[in-house]
Amino acid sequence: MKIADKNTKAVELVRDALDKAKKFEAYHCFISMNEARALERAREIDKKIAKGEPVGRLAGVPFALKDNYLSRDGNTTAAARMLEDFAAPITATAVKRLEAEGAIVIGRTNLDAFAHGGSTENSYFGVTHNSADMERVSGGSSGGSAVAVALGIVPFALGSDTGGSIRQPASFNGVYGVKPTYGAVSRYGVVAMASSTDTMGCFATTAEDADLIMKIMAGKDEKDSTTLDDYWTKDLDEITPKKKKIGLITDFMGEGVDKEVVSIVKDYAKKLEKVGFEIEEVKLPIAKYALAIYYIVQPAEVASNLSRYDGIRYGHRAAEFDDLAGLYNNTRDEGFMTENKRRIMIGNFVLSSGFYDAYYLKAQKARTLLINGYNELLEKYDALLCPVAPNPAFKIGENTSDPLKMYLEDVMTVPTSLTGMPSVSVPAGKTKAGLPVGVQLIGQRRDDQLLLSIAKTVEEQA
Amino acid sequence: MSITKEDVQHLAKLSSISISEEQIEPLMKDLDSIVNYFSQLDELDTDGVEPTYQCFEMQNVWRDDEIEEFEANREDLLALTVESEDNQIKVPKVL
Repeated sequence: MKIADKNTKAVELVRDALDKAKKFEAYHCFISMNEARALERAREIDKKIAKGEPVGRLAGVPFALKDNYLSRDGNTTAAARMLEDFAAPITATAVKRLEAEGAIVIGRTNLDAFAHGGSTENSYFGVTHNSADMERVSGGSSGGSAVAVALGIVPFALGSDTGGSIRQPASFNGVYGVKPTYGAVSRYGVVAMASSTDTMGCFATTAEDADLIMKIMAGKDEKDSTTLDDYWTKDLDEITPKKKKIGLITDFMGEGVDKEVVSIVKDYAKKLEKVGFEIEEVKLPIAKYALAIYYIVQPAEVASNLSRYDGIRYGHRAAEFDDLAGLYNNTRDEGFMTENKRRIMIGNFVLSSGFYDAYYLKAQKARTLLINGYNELLEKYDALLCPVAPNPAFKIGENTSDPLKMYLEDVMTVPTSLTGMPSVSVPAGKTKAGLPVGVQLIGQRRDDQLLLSIAKTVEEQA
Repeated sequence: MSITKEDVQHLAKLSSISISEEQIEPLMKDLDSIVNYFSQLDELDTDGVEPTYQCFEMQNVWRDDEIEEFEANREDLLALTVESEDNQIKVPKVL
């Protein structure tokens, strides 16, 4: 990652990123650009450098924001008509911390509306294309950010991961994607989706870069009471795995998983052996239930979080209505995409009287069993290894007619969203057709840096 | 079918979303297949298991009730609404 100094001008770094964004416009990574303001910030940084003043660890580094991060620069749309004209009055804590270190937002990237989806096809502003194949999806919901990093437009970009929304697009585009421990990074100023699994992370091209970005964003924030104390403080080289053992989750290596994906994960396991890890195959029978648990818990939280969009205080308001109820109902019909409506309705279904015990409570009990299953394994292993998704990037339009088929994309990422554990998507290879495939490293809570240090060792030595 | 047309209309009402006649049928089909997928959880014995509603390590987080600086002011916030008058947001008649 290039950082501005006496020889490298921040203005050049930012202009280069803006030029590349134009060159790759056909991929549709961005919803809006922040050109004038970005160049102005870059000039300020160059002036400071010339005067010998401190400029921060990310001086002049351009980056992209998933368009669900609020900032006072431009509109935050969440890729939904509901927020099309929403000029946020506040800036997210994560963005403030990066800007304080000199990083510069050049634009806002595309996503599935309200981050509901796994392909970025569900955006009000149109689809984002895969960086390796225009006919395929970028993955999602943080598709625009993943593609912007994969194409080299920016060295890093922010995403949010509630059930796989950073990890899966990272895998589909061959970049690092970090979903941290729940509570590692403040969610303040990010459009809420499912509050018990929402995490804020990043895309980058090396483990070292990803670590630096996360280190800057992580830590206690009074504005998000779920944030953990600062633990993201080490250098990756200082970290030594204690057990030197990694478990390969076989439940995600069998039926229904693309053969090329399986072989890329096995090749990565061999690389881990090469750098001194013992690999053991492990079974985690509870893991297959995670998807059903997630698609009960998450819509329930979505239904609650999205009840704030009422057309009154901010966001879209329907032009035609008869009374107050009509204003709410018509606004929400017009402002939400079909997938948003499905999730809100499923959420209200599992929470409604008569169904609460059978679905919502049952799922939260099953979630405890899932957490126990992962905890038991992580007592024996430094980390767990498995694919990120059952397949490489699929064709645009392939899964849009069947929402359940789209949900099945999340089967390997949702478990650690429910357990709150860190999981990193590490670029690991390509299929014969040239499609990138990542592997997933999973660790105990607060072991985020251990995962990145393992990935770094493989990156540099295997 | 475990989800009926009436269920969809009821859920739309609970969700404060007007849905047109042509949205009902596809929603019914989709919601039905999703809800049927949940039934696999019946295989799990969860008797006596405590539910997990959140997996962060805290319970209550308290702070003093003090007025702090906020980056947005009243004008910023009122500018977000469609209609306001005398520092108040205008809504249609409720009663």
